[in-house]
Amino acid sequence: MSSEFTKLFELFIAASIINNFVFTRFLGLCIFFGVSKKMETAVGMSITFTSVMVIAAALSWLAFHYVMVPLEVTFLKIVIFIGIVAAFVQASDTIMRKVSPGLYYKLGVYLALISTNCIIIAVPLINAGENYNFLESLSFGLGSGIGFAIALVLMASIREKLELADVPRPFRGMPIAWITTALIALAFTGFSGIITL
Amino acid sequence: MELPEEKISYLQLIKNGIFKENTIFRLVISLCPSIAVTNSIRNGFLLGVAVLFVQTMVNTTVGLLRHFIHPRIRIPIFMLIISGWVSVVDMLMAAYAREAYKEIGLYIQIIVAFASILARAEMFASKHRVDYSFFDGLGSGLGFLIALVIISFFRELLGRGTLLGYPIVHAKPLLIMVMPTGGFLVVGLLMGFFNWIDIRFYGGKGAGGAGGH
Repeated sequence: MSSEFTKLFELFIAASIINNFVFTRFLGLCIFFGVSKKMETAVGMSITFTSVMVIAAALSWLAFHYVMVPLEVTFLKIVIFIGIVAAFVQASDTIMRKVSPGLYYKLGVYLALISTNCIIIAVPLINAGENYNFLESLSFGLGSGIGFAIALVLMASIREKLELADVPRPFRGMPIAWITTALIALAFTGFSGIITL
Repeated sequence: MELPEEKISYLQLIKNGIFKENTIFRLVISLCPSIAVTNSIRNGFLLGVAVLFVQTMVNTTVGLLRHFIHPRIRIPIFMLIISGWVSVVDMLMAAYAREAYKEIGLYIQIIVAFASILARAEMFASKHRVDYSFFDGLGSGLGFLIALVIISFFRELLGRGTLLGYPIVHAKPLLIMVMPTGGFLVVGLLMGFFNWIDIRFYGGKGAGGAGGH
């Protein structure tokens, strides 16, 4: 039992820090650069993203193992996973608007953006490809969500300072953000090899 | 964007996709693969071709079906069309380019979440004639392909001292360039460089300030 728990914990750490999706697998960059301008939006996005990520990982695992494998339609996984994610995002958007307008007002904007995030489709695909069991998929999803949150918050805190810096004109905005990310990614390579799965 | 009745030259559409609305350097969207697969020219080129194919086919399909798609449910329909074509490419690559597929397989599947493909379908193909849509897809796919090849050219040359696997430089390579860091660095510097050209010679304001998804 304890070794199983260790495995889950390892997966979580590996997904969130060592193989951080943004810095070592380069996924979710569009959103990463889009919403990391202000700390407030970064935090909002992190919370929404992590919760959607975990639920999407769970839903797609269930769909994969209880519907697609028995029916032998695993070759349709891309179509079905993107369908699940899009439908779930749309549904939670509608439900949140009705049930808790306050929360919707704060986080609703980010929900709509999530379906264009590559991580949200990559995690179910990796879960299916690596044959993770249900709990492993969940902890991998949670790890990816937290990892994305760490990246966003780090970047947002740096970019708020960057606004005040005197950057050469051609490098203002995006280019300098990319170079900053390069330096953070360099720091993250220091984590590689802590846990080998 | 012109109205459908107006005549647009095909060349203009292609040039627009390559220069004015280059997905990576000007619109700054669909960036994930621009670093992930560009550590060698072969991988960059293959992913570029995959995107070119998907973009062209999606635009053509949407252009053909645009009168039958109800505007209310157009986004799910577009997603369905895109994921269908991505599955086609995914299986083709898995069958015919095994070696590369092991490295870039995940990123091929990720094409389905590309903002650029959905954006072209939504902004252009759903409003224009099918032949215009075809050439628009071709142009924007070519722009993407060219951007990937440029980035991977620098990364492979500096990081491994080779081009397409053939040794060119015999000095000790800069290992950092083939690592994740190098990708961010090269794209950042190239973007800055293109902005500099734009400001210096064309009096533009430089793109990329806004950012996007």
